[in-house]
Amino acid sequence: MAELLPFSRDAVVQLSASLNEPQWMLDLRLEAWEIFASLPIPTTQQEAWRRTDIRRFKLDSFGVSLNGNGAGNGAVPSYLGEQLTDDAAGGVLVEVNGIVSEYILSDELQAQGVIFTDMHTAVREHGELVRRYFMTQAVRADEGKFAALHGAFWRGGVFLYVPRNVVAAAPLHSALWATSGRTFTHTLVVLDTNSEATFIDEYASPAKGEGQALHNGAIELIVGDGANLRYASLQDFGSNVWQFNHESGRVGRDGKLDWITSVMGTRLTKAFQTSELDAPGAWARMSGIFFTNGRQHVDLDTQQNHNAADTTSDLLYKGALKDGSRSVWQGMIKALPGSQRIDGFQANRNLMLDKTSRADSIPGLEIQADDVRCTHASTIGKLDQEEIFYLMSRGIPRPDATRMVIQGFFDPVMQRIPFEGVRTRIFDRILEKIG
Amino acid sequence: MTAALEINNLHVNIGENRILKGINLQVNQGEIHALMGPNGSGKSTLAYTLAGHPSYEPSAGQVTFNGQDLLEMEADERSRSGLFLAFQYPVAVPGVTVAKFLRQAINSRRKAENPEDKGMPIPEFRRLLREKMDILGIDQKFAGRYLNEGFSGGEKKRAEILQMAMLEPKIAIMDETDSGLDIDALRIVAEGAVRLHEINQMGVLVITHYQRILNYINPDQVHIMLDGRIVESGGPELALHLEENGYDWLREKYGMTEVA
Repeated sequence: MAELLPFSRDAVVQLSASLNEPQWMLDLRLEAWEIFASLPIPTTQQEAWRRTDIRRFKLDSFGVSLNGNGAGNGAVPSYLGEQLTDDAAGGVLVEVNGIVSEYILSDELQAQGVIFTDMHTAVREHGELVRRYFMTQAVRADEGKFAALHGAFWRGGVFLYVPRNVVAAAPLHSALWATSGRTFTHTLVVLDTNSEATFIDEYASPAKGEGQALHNGAIELIVGDGANLRYASLQDFGSNVWQFNHESGRVGRDGKLDWITSVMGTRLTKAFQTSELDAPGAWARMSGIFFTNGRQHVDLDTQQNHNAADTTSDLLYKGALKDGSRSVWQGMIKALPGSQRIDGFQANRNLMLDKTSRADSIPGLEIQADDVRCTHASTIGKLDQEEIFYLMSRGIPRPDATRMVIQGFFDPVMQRIPFEGVRTRIFDRILEKIG
Repeated sequence: MTAALEINNLHVNIGENRILKGINLQVNQGEIHALMGPNGSGKSTLAYTLAGHPSYEPSAGQVTFNGQDLLEMEADERSRSGLFLAFQYPVAVPGVTVAKFLRQAINSRRKAENPEDKGMPIPEFRRLLREKMDILGIDQKFAGRYLNEGFSGGEKKRAEILQMAMLEPKIAIMDETDSGLDIDALRIVAEGAVRLHEINQMGVLVITHYQRILNYINPDQVHIMLDGRIVESGGPELALHLEENGYDWLREKYGMTEVA
């Protein structure tokens, strides 16, 4: 068992030293620590946490381990990092508890100047580049208690950089396997002007673990002018994991961000996900899939910020719930004054598979421009017995008919995922949960 | 052995209302029967009951299909044993394409017969589907559309007949398949059913208001349903008689007042 240091300023200093970090990263961590120390644990008194009560979560019982949180414990399941795209991945990075266990980057991508490496190597070898973006533009430590905790104690994760005018033809793929009960991984993707990449980012841990586990992650997606990023994060943590994430994408002029989020596991997930559309022509599509069962509670807080005129955002989150589980989706489209001719859409659709589950769906618009098109939709529905009967009337047994109706419910959002392997991975997991 | 659908003294209530009050009817494979009657006479209730809709629970009577107790079977078993209902109001199933649905329906049959079956190979399925769609004048793009979602009335009816053609039932019940169809669509749909009748000896129970569809599907027998009972049975001339004289003479004959 790894030795644990309680969360403290001293633990920040020791962690940074153990990772041989440059001074600027230590400074960043210490700044985040001060914010963390100054903030109370969120309670349901705060609007963003009104529907997510974390009093049962014992943050103080966690801490930091300097020796990699027990890396090497247990083998990584073979499915993680397995090819999910039609084309073989150009880069694969598998981490166990934030420590690299497998790493490949194709000669072709290397020759193109693509950087795809673990976050610590990136800090050491590409310091100037990382420093420009790391928690300065997309996710910031002052966003909240857990953003600050992450800023102070982040460990592991992936850095992807695609230089100007480079098209990374082969997809990148990373997978995090968490067994230590505490992970703080950081994903930073930077696409320079007119570049293009596809990145699949997987997170998983054993299906059942003892005691509470914590994942406190951050995802930063920087899409430069004219750049095009397809990013999918597939989360399938075990049922003992409490996940607190801050995720943000920034899109420049005529840039495109196609962002897919699949939330299958955890005991509780609270994720803040923001798309910032910073210049005319910026486009972001956010597609979310979640399925809660057992005691799960998933709370996704999304924002589509139209910070410039002529920007487009399109969000579709679909979730199914069973066993008395709970979901919250709270979405906001914001348009700053002068953000004219924007097109913002958000829809959240929930399918209740039993009477005891509960979904809250709260769309929102904050529009300070007048020439805009912003619409939202939210629905909470039950399994339609007429649809099931109709399928059965053609000879399809009830369990298969039920599965088809559920699969049909998810189909519109699945169709947004351009990789058969990813769709299959997600849907197999859904089938498992349907039981 | 030819299949037979035998309905004996079938009673069905919906809530407090007695809808079917003792239906007796036998449809053998190879035969075409027409069941006619005014609105509210219970024709669709009979269709849904035979298909196994959970809201239609018989209170008395028996139905056997191929000698088996149909009422004991789930809807999917009824279908796999060779009974088909072409719905008056087909249900839209968003997110499930016509092709995916039909493939699942066919594979469910194969799997029920042989648990080891791996399903119809995709090329064979595609060929079969294309062939049936061509016969019914259905655009190939149809296969990729979500089942009945956004379909016009005519498209829905054609989709029902396409399903019938793919599943090749022993006996099909066509519930008001003629409603909402223009004359060309009606002809295509009816000819599709007749072809299955001729090739496979499919038995047909055509439920309809009007004589119109019977110009294409010539019934061996015509039955008239009134207030939950079959009150008259006869040859094709009975349908023509109804077409000319309406249902009022029947209401008078059986002591019923006109429903406002």
